[in-house]
Amino acid sequence: MLMLEKRPQPSRAWTYATPVLAVVLTMLCGGLLFAALGQDPFETIRTIFLDPLFSEFAWFYRPQLLIKGAPLVLIAIGLSFGFRAGIWNIGAEGQYIVGAICGAAVGLAFFPLESFIIFPLMVLAGAVGGLLWAMIPGFLRVRFGTNEILVSLMLVYVAEQLLASMALGTLRNPDGMGFPGSRNLAQYPSATSWINQSAGMHWGVVTGFIAVIFAYIALSRHIFGFNVRLSGQSPRAAKFAGVNPGKLVLICMGISGALAGLAGLFEVSGPAGQVSIDFGAGYGFTAIIVAFLGRLHPVGILLAGGLMALTYIGGEIAQSNLGLPVAAIQLLQGMLLFFLLAVDVLTNYRVNWGRQPA
Amino acid sequence: MKIKTVLTGATLAFGLATGAVAQDKTTVGFVYVGPIGDGGWTYEHNKARLAVEEHFGDAVETVYVESVPEGPDAERVMTQMALQGADLIFTTSFGYMDQTINVAAQFPDVKFEHATGYKRADNVSTYSARFYEGRAVQGHIAGQMTESNIIGYIASYPIPEVIRGINSAYIHAKEVNPDVEFRIVWAYTWFDPAKEAEAATVLIEQGADVILQHTDSTAPQAAAQAAGNVVTFGQASDMAEFAPFPRVSSIIDDWAPYYIARTQAVIDGTWESTDTWDGIGPGMVAIGEITDAVPADVKASAEALIERLRTGEYHAFTGPLNRQDGSVWLADGEIADDGTLAGMNFYVEGITAEIPQ
Repeated sequence: MLMLEKRPQPSRAWTYATPVLAVVLTMLCGGLLFAALGQDPFETIRTIFLDPLFSEFAWFYRPQLLIKGAPLVLIAIGLSFGFRAGIWNIGAEGQYIVGAICGAAVGLAFFPLESFIIFPLMVLAGAVGGLLWAMIPGFLRVRFGTNEILVSLMLVYVAEQLLASMALGTLRNPDGMGFPGSRNLAQYPSATSWINQSAGMHWGVVTGFIAVIFAYIALSRHIFGFNVRLSGQSPRAAKFAGVNPGKLVLICMGISGALAGLAGLFEVSGPAGQVSIDFGAGYGFTAIIVAFLGRLHPVGILLAGGLMALTYIGGEIAQSNLGLPVAAIQLLQGMLLFFLLAVDVLTNYRVNWGRQPA
Repeated sequence: MKIKTVLTGATLAFGLATGAVAQDKTTVGFVYVGPIGDGGWTYEHNKARLAVEEHFGDAVETVYVESVPEGPDAERVMTQMALQGADLIFTTSFGYMDQTINVAAQFPDVKFEHATGYKRADNVSTYSARFYEGRAVQGHIAGQMTESNIIGYIASYPIPEVIRGINSAYIHAKEVNPDVEFRIVWAYTWFDPAKEAEAATVLIEQGADVILQHTDSTAPQAAAQAAGNVVTFGQASDMAEFAPFPRVSSIIDDWAPYYIARTQAVIDGTWESTDTWDGIGPGMVAIGEITDAVPADVKASAEALIERLRTGEYHAFTGPLNRQDGSVWLADGEIADDGTLAGMNFYVEGITAEIPQ
């Protein structure tokens, strides 16, 4: 009989192998799904996973991967600190929105003045906005012991209402003929995050890479990273080691909030261009998947963000070239997380084929 | 053996795909805001897409992407369609406006058609339907069907198109029933069955026995059906599966003739940037069958109203009409100009709600 036997400690090899295995399984089952929909499974899988990178129009899709992946990586890096320490900030979407609002508001306040100082101020405002929004659940947990999962999630809906109000009122474009939405920041040279639009480069992409490097150093070479991991694995031991749990909650919430706010600011002043009612496109939630897919490891998150971006862009190509329904693409993305969680069992358990455990 | 099979399969597929692109067909792309199965707005656009395919047969190929968020994703989808050789692209939601203009600037040889927007370029046309004519008919029926004198309205976004609809429905409901009151809920979505159902339930709990909707799903119809005694109207599509009650009539968007004409223009090389705004007369707006749940005299007068709108004998915004603040908008007999209607950002007198800002 098939038996699962707990490993004395998580397998290192499987830690790295499971994400790859999950991707392979997703491709297999996705292929079956597409075959059932009457498509050539090989062509579909190739369209989704390879066309954005190697097709005739890859010169257009490759930069798009940066644009789509950057906010995911930036937010996921921030979340990974808290998730390692057992602090569950589920409301990155709200911090992303508030960061965008604060940063855009600063930029719009200066319009039409041109100055090199405007963009740095916007970046600051975006980070502070996201940070303060994350401080609400952080502070409530530390002070009153509330559950940060619920509070941060609920604050997403508050942020969405705030966004609608801003797009319709305070930040509405005065020259927009009464239509909702702010001025287009991408067309305001001092306030745009674009560096080179056709290469897909904006400051969010740059910051994403920098965040990966800093997170790597902080987690593996710094006492702070050790404290974070220790708190996640053994809160009691962390206490003995002198970690102040309240302070750690605030720091982790603060980092994730600030990075989510930055992601929002870079997005609103670049690819999105304006504060609009639909600005929040779910990056904050998708980033949670990216964080786990990347094993909460900075390099892993970078790869996972790229993969997630790939399925979005490849999925759109498959829709328009092969006539695949959007639900099939979403199913494929869902499978990815499902298989990751499913095969994760191999990291902590050994499969025993019918023999008695030794 | 397996790897070899995979590789052969992949090469074969690649060869086929390249071959398909090489054929000299006119390709028409469609970008949808909702899923094609929404039963409303996107469903009708997709129906028109199928009509284009049927009309032109092998001469035209259509492609579409559904549920595209209004933002950077829309820009990418449009660019991708243009790159893959689309000759004409219909972008079917107001929120695609800036993206359409941006992409069109990069592809001067591709023609774009943006629904319900106001920005045009040499290769960007706009088109919309005078839905407010249909709203006039809805208001006319709703005002006489309501017993509680409370009409619920599920609005999507506070943009002129939606505000125009509310005003038109209110004016014509008030005309037949001076005691009528409008309760308006803003859903901030075009398509979200859960939110729409919730909005309908809230309105019904507030005493509304007629629900008008400017959102695309059939969820409000289902909520009304569950409540039992609430009247609804199909939105964007006939929603006939809820007839004869609660759905007593509907506004149907018929895009097929326009899409066929514009595709033909691209094939003929006669396509030009235009601004089209058609109503019941040219057939872009149709009124779905008024069921027997509506009393015969109401049905007769509604049909007379449709006829007057169709011939142009009557305009849905004819004075005397005042703005909500009591100031005069249209003098007796005066007809609203298209410019004011296109940018409408005020309620008419009598509506007690406020436009969100």
